[in-house]
Amino acid sequence: MKTETITQSNDSRPAGPKPWYDPRVRSIFFQIVAIALVFWGGYTLVDNTLSNMESRGISTGFGFLEESAGFGIIMSLVPYDATMSYGRTFWVGLTNTLLVSAMGVVAATILGFIIGVARLSSNWLVAKIALVYVEVIRNIPLLLQIFFWYFAVLAALPTPRQSIEVGGSAFLNNRGLYVPDPVTQDGFGLVWGAIAIAIASVIGLRLWAKKRQLATGKIFPTFKVGVSILVLLPVLAYFVAGSPLEWDVPALKGFNFRGGITIIPELAALWLALSLYTASFIAEIVRSGILSVSKGQTEASHALGLPNGLTLRLVVIPQAMRVIIPPLTSQYLNLVKNSSLATAIGYPDLVAVFMGTTLNQTGQAVEVVAITMAVYLTISLLISLFMNIYNRAVAIKER
Amino acid sequence: MAEAMMKPPKKTLGPIAWMREHLFSSWYNTLLTAVIGYVLLTSMGPLLNWLFFEANFTGSGPDDCTGAGACWLFVSQRLNFFIYGFYPDELQWRVDVMFALLAIAFVPQFIEGFPGRKWLGIFGMTGLPLIGYFLIPGGSFGLEEVPSTKWGGLMLTLILAYIGILASLPIGTLLALGRRSEMPIIRGLCVVFIEVWRAVPLITVLFMASVMLPLFLPEGVNFEKLSRALIGITLWQSAYMAEVIRGGLQAIPRGQYEAADALGLGYWKKMGLVILPQALKLVIPGIVNTFISLFKDTTLVLIIGLFDVLGTVQSTVTDPAWQNVASEGYVFVAFCFWVFCFGMSRYSQNLERKLDTGHKT
Repeated sequence: MKTETITQSNDSRPAGPKPWYDPRVRSIFFQIVAIALVFWGGYTLVDNTLSNMESRGISTGFGFLEESAGFGIIMSLVPYDATMSYGRTFWVGLTNTLLVSAMGVVAATILGFIIGVARLSSNWLVAKIALVYVEVIRNIPLLLQIFFWYFAVLAALPTPRQSIEVGGSAFLNNRGLYVPDPVTQDGFGLVWGAIAIAIASVIGLRLWAKKRQLATGKIFPTFKVGVSILVLLPVLAYFVAGSPLEWDVPALKGFNFRGGITIIPELAALWLALSLYTASFIAEIVRSGILSVSKGQTEASHALGLPNGLTLRLVVIPQAMRVIIPPLTSQYLNLVKNSSLATAIGYPDLVAVFMGTTLNQTGQAVEVVAITMAVYLTISLLISLFMNIYNRAVAIKER
Repeated sequence: MAEAMMKPPKKTLGPIAWMREHLFSSWYNTLLTAVIGYVLLTSMGPLLNWLFFEANFTGSGPDDCTGAGACWLFVSQRLNFFIYGFYPDELQWRVDVMFALLAIAFVPQFIEGFPGRKWLGIFGMTGLPLIGYFLIPGGSFGLEEVPSTKWGGLMLTLILAYIGILASLPIGTLLALGRRSEMPIIRGLCVVFIEVWRAVPLITVLFMASVMLPLFLPEGVNFEKLSRALIGITLWQSAYMAEVIRGGLQAIPRGQYEAADALGLGYWKKMGLVILPQALKLVIPGIVNTFISLFKDTTLVLIIGLFDVLGTVQSTVTDPAWQNVASEGYVFVAFCFWVFCFGMSRYSQNLERKLDTGHKT
């Protein structure tokens, strides 16, 4: 009796609408239903999966990562042979994915910026060619472009015996591109030291030049001096140490080339296609970024007496970057994800090696798919994180 | 008087002036023009020769290809396979009917002032898939059944893209609304769903759909490969769609929500009648971009063993009877995709201009 009177006296709202018309009650109700559905769905899935796996005799757990893989992989950055474990195949696949992604990001960024600027060129021919490039490349599926480079272009190259020779030390044929491999000899440590000192002094120089510019307004040619230091110091150290570098030049032995660094056609095709495809999207991002900077900014800069180069570097590009960075991040993410198409031509990336061969051999679909998806999730989150930090550094600081 | 006697400035009009301004305005522009012009002149000739002048268009078999230019005979001889896959020859009229209906529903959208455009568009979204649902697989109304394992080629590409687009739009809208919801648990679930699917490559999703989905389902329930791929594609695509639509929802000023509340509209009426129509209109370019990327991504199903248009071509270019026809096949597929994707992007630009009501100033 007592509690009832308290609730009645505390309820200040008029006793009109039923509780199911109260938005708060409804929101709690719907959320409870949602949680119940998720748990029920999750439980059903796990239950079904376990009983299905049991009836098919599939083992569970991550023990398979220790077992011997027993299959070869055509390219690996970490030492690998067929006796090693499935855990090792995972690393081989992951490093291969990271390699082609990194190569692709660098090439696509450079090419994309060039084409994006070319789209805005005052030269009609240049602008139109850039336009045609963008409209053609981005409207054709990436997988088709990978196939084109792999099956139509690279497969049509001559055999190793009739290799195309570049400067007597690099060879191109249908087995790949063979370039000399630099082998460091004793005393190369001096060169590494010189490189480290050069980098440190350039950073110091830049800090000093910026400080001096803020204090006195005098501009120091940081770029030219910095490049000279970076080039001259290591070269000097190289000769002082007595040229401690030898080249392992590839040579035709029997049916194939030995020695040197080999870029296999699978990697070359994937890299070409990923870079060219992503560049067409980056070009449009760069173009719209530059166009987003109002003409008044350029005019104001000219009015202050800044020449064209400085206007571009100090006024236009910093403002354009703010517009460019977020969509550019998405393109980098897309490139990393698209590198998974490697499996279609047999480049041994994570999906091909792990989700393909390893899954087929072990049959442990749930674990393998979960690991692979977790890896991509991590890569995506990391790229987003770094780009967001960078984005925050260049974003407009409003007060 | 002196002004009237003055001659007009030389060379501000006409082709020569145009070239001076656009091609030779400075020494480096002249150099660029010269280099690019040289490359174009030397490469266009052989390319056109290969594509048209020395290409083989007629004949009856591989022997009629001279090898000097492209062998288009390969494409024309295999065209049936590239379009219909393994769909039985005598039943292909059903697919043709669907192609025709598709054209009737969507080609008028590109023609300004075509009567009943809107109704044709609505038919394309509702009636067309319904007819297709009965016509393509058959099995009812006395139509002979064609299992989905026999579908292939361009027809399969269009089916995958069409169903993916049609299903991901409403699911994506719901997810976007969920992500903007004030209920923390519903919002959290939507955020996790969207972010996870967006972070993983489509291939892993397709692999998951093809190897893990059968494990998830109770025993006895099984989908064939095509449905599994479609489920994967739809889930993945909805996450992208949700983010595009969320962008539109965020762009709607608060006053619109408040006005709808003031009118006493409930949640669904507020969203359906006031917010979503404005939000969707704002993000049409983004939605079409998502459509285009989905359309291109349907090619990935060949990795799990479905024969889309790229899959059919890929499986025939290695045919020993024909030699070195890979380029011809790829050019054909590229052309198919290019026409659809370029058409869609042009249509969205057109629509954007037309629907622009000046709110973006």
